[in-house]
Amino acid sequence: MTAFAPGIDEVRARTFPFPRRHFLSAMDVNVVEAQQLLDLADGFVALNRQTTKKLDLLKGRTLMNLFFENSTRTQASFELAGKRLGADVMNMSVRTSSVAKGETLIDTAVTLNAMQPDLLVVRHASSGAAALLSQKVGCSVINAGDGQHEHPTQALLDALSMRRAFGRVAGLTVAICGDVMHSRVARSNVNLLNTLGADVRLVGPPTLMPAGAEHWGATVYHDLEKGIAGADVVMMLRLQLERMQGALVPSTREYFRFWGLDREKLKAASGGVRVMHPGPMNRGVEIDSDVADDPAVSLIQDQVEMGVAARMAVLASLAARLDNH
Amino acid sequence: MARARPIAFQNARLVDPESGYDGAGALVVANETIAGISKGKDFSGLSGDVQIIDCAGGLLAPGLIDLRVKTGEPGAETRETLRSAALAAAAGGVTGFVVQPDTDPAVDDPSVVDFILRRARDIDAARVYCAGAATKGLKGAEIAEIGLMREAGCVYVTDVDHPVVDSRVLRRVMAYAKTFDLAVAHRPSDPWLSQGAAATEGEFAGRLGLPSAPVMAERIGLERDLALAELTGARLLVDQITSAGALEALARAKARGVKVVATASINHLSFNELDIGDYRTFARLDPPLRCEDDRQALIEALASGLVDIVVSAHAPAPAEDKRLPFDEAAPGGVGLETLLPALLALYHDGRAPLVDLLRAVTLAPARFLGLSSGRLAPGAPADLVLCDLGAPVIIDADKLVSKSKNSPFDGRRLQGRVLRTVVGGKVVFRAAE
Repeated sequence: MTAFAPGIDEVRARTFPFPRRHFLSAMDVNVVEAQQLLDLADGFVALNRQTTKKLDLLKGRTLMNLFFENSTRTQASFELAGKRLGADVMNMSVRTSSVAKGETLIDTAVTLNAMQPDLLVVRHASSGAAALLSQKVGCSVINAGDGQHEHPTQALLDALSMRRAFGRVAGLTVAICGDVMHSRVARSNVNLLNTLGADVRLVGPPTLMPAGAEHWGATVYHDLEKGIAGADVVMMLRLQLERMQGALVPSTREYFRFWGLDREKLKAASGGVRVMHPGPMNRGVEIDSDVADDPAVSLIQDQVEMGVAARMAVLASLAARLDNH
Repeated sequence: MARARPIAFQNARLVDPESGYDGAGALVVANETIAGISKGKDFSGLSGDVQIIDCAGGLLAPGLIDLRVKTGEPGAETRETLRSAALAAAAGGVTGFVVQPDTDPAVDDPSVVDFILRRARDIDAARVYCAGAATKGLKGAEIAEIGLMREAGCVYVTDVDHPVVDSRVLRRVMAYAKTFDLAVAHRPSDPWLSQGAAATEGEFAGRLGLPSAPVMAERIGLERDLALAELTGARLLVDQITSAGALEALARAKARGVKVVATASINHLSFNELDIGDYRTFARLDPPLRCEDDRQALIEALASGLVDIVVSAHAPAPAEDKRLPFDEAAPGGVGLETLLPALLALYHDGRAPLVDLLRAVTLAPARFLGLSSGRLAPGAPADLVLCDLGAPVIIDADKLVSKSKNSPFDGRRLQGRVLRTVVGGKVVFRAAE
C-alpha cells in the first residue's frame, strides 16, 4: 500500500526499461517486473490526482492508438495516459469490413509504421493479431486486446486495484466469474495473478468455460456460490449479448439467476470481499446494480482510475527501453 | 520421336512394396516401362546402347503417388498451376498425383475434367489425375454428374474440405458412385462441431484464445460416413484421419468388412498442435493439428497398416493469404516436395520398416486408383525415384519449386534427398550436384 504521494522525481526514479520491446501478453513480465510496474503505476496514481498532471517522460514520442474494434473506454484510457506523459497521441479507428479484415491489418500497420511512431497500441478482433503486427513494425506494440487471447494492461490495472485495496496480491483468493471462454480479460488475469501469487478460480457455466481451463493455473467451478466461497475478490466478466445467439445460455434471466452476482450470493464470499468488473457492465445480467454501485464493496470505479495509471506505467517503461536502444 | 535409350540403374537399394523386397540390386528401364530387375547384384554385360546410372547404394523405389493435391488451376493460377505442381512433384519424387476439384470453376462437370486432363497431357514432369466433385459446386445439395465425369476420366469423387452435411445426400452420392465403381473420398468431421474452428479444442488452443473444435468431431463424422458406406456398399476413402478416437472407429469398420481405405496427411504424422506456437499460420491446417497422443496413435496406425495411404495434402496459399491473424489465415500447407523426406523421418526414427512406409505412398494409392504402377516389376510403368536416404536437408520454404511457399516444414531438419525422378522412363528431375 502506498500511503504517501511520491513526487515526480521519485516516479522518474522508479521508471525502468521494460524487459521486451512489446507488451503482448501478461506472461511477458516476471514477478519482479510486474511488481516494478505496479510500483511505478502507484506513483502515477498519486500524480494523476494533482492539479498539474502533465509529465515529460514521453516528450517527443508519438503514440498511435490503432483500434480495429470499437472501445471508447480503453482507447480513452490509453490516449489520456499518453498525453499525461507528454506524448503526441493519434487515434485511428479502423472500421473493418468483414471481407478484407486481414488486409487492412497488415496494410495499415505498414502504412502507420512509415510515419515513425514510437508506441503502437492495438486492438483487434482476432487472437494473435497484436503479435502478428509486432513482427511487421519497428516500434513497440502494446496489446490492447486481441480477440479472445489477452488484454495485459487490463490485468495490470486489476492487480493494481487489488494491491491498493488489500495491500498485496499474493495470497488473495480471486474468483473470475462468467464468460471465461470468450474473455481475454480472464486469460490475462489468470496469467498475471499466477505470477503475483494469487489463488485463482474460474467460475461459469460449462458452455462458457474453455476446455482445459483447469490446467491454466486456476480451479474451475460451475456453481457461483461455491466458486466465490471465501473469495477476497470477485471479478465479474461481461456477458457479450451476441454470445446468446450461439445458444450458449438459455436466457439473460436464467443467466442472472445462476451466475449473476447479487447481494445474496455475495454473502458466500469472504467478509471483506471486493467486487470488480472490467466494464462495460450489463446490469441485471451478470451483476446487480445494488452490488456494482456500493462503494463499500465495489472497486469498479477504482479500476477505471487505475487503468490510466497502469497504462502510463507500461508506456513509460516501454519508452525507457526505447531510450536505451 | 526417337526412342529414348534404355537406362540401367546399377548399385541401388531396391525397395519394392509389392514383393516386400528391400535389398541390393539393379533395374533397367526401356520403352517407358521397367524391363528387368536384378536382385542382389548388378547387371553385367549390358550393351553399349544402355545408359548406366550408378546409384551408389541409394534408394530406388517406385515414384510416389499423392492422392490429395490442390493447385489453383483453373481459377487461382497465382497459387499454383498444374505445371508448377508437376515440377514440384518431380522435385519431391512424386510421379503421379490427384488434383482436387475445389477449383474455380469447381470440377463438377465433365468439361472441367476434360480441361484438366488435356492440360495435363502436355506436362511430362508428373502424371496428373483428376478427382471430381461429389456434389454440384461442392455445395452438398445435389449429386454432381458423376457418371459423365467418370467417362471423362475422373478417378474418385470428393467434396474436399467440405463434409457433406446432409446424410441423405451423402448416402445418395455413395450409392450412385458405386454404380460407376467410383470411390467417394470424404472428410470425416461433424460440420456443426467443427464450424469456424481454427484449432483443436484443448488447453493449448484455449490459452491462445483460438476458435476450436473438439477432436471428437472427427470421430462423430467418421462413424456416420462408415455407417453410410456399410449401408450403400460404396468404397469410402477416409480423407485424412487424424485422431486416436477415429482410428478405433476405423479399425472396427475394417473388421466388419466395410470397404474403406484411409489416408493420413504427412503433416499430422509430423506435427502436433504445439507447432502452432506463437500463432504460426504456416501450421494453420485443415483438419487442425492435434495433440501428441493423437500423432503417436496415427504413426502406430500407419505402421500397423490400419492407415493405408499417406498424402501430402498439398495446399498452396500465397503469402497474402497466410500473413493474417491465425483464424483468418488460409488453412493448409504445400507438401509435394517434403512428403518423401518427412516420411523418411519415421524410418530414421525406427517407427516402421522402409518398405511399409513406402507402400503407403506408392503401391497403396496405385491400387486404390487401379493403376499398375507403385511397384518394381517387369512391365510396370517406369515411374521411379532415386533418393539418398541419409543425406541431411534443411527445408527452406523460399527455395521450393512450388509457386506458393507456405510449407509447415520450413526450417525443419530432415534426412533424404531426391536425386532423380523418372516418369515413364524419362528423367524429369535431377538434383543439382
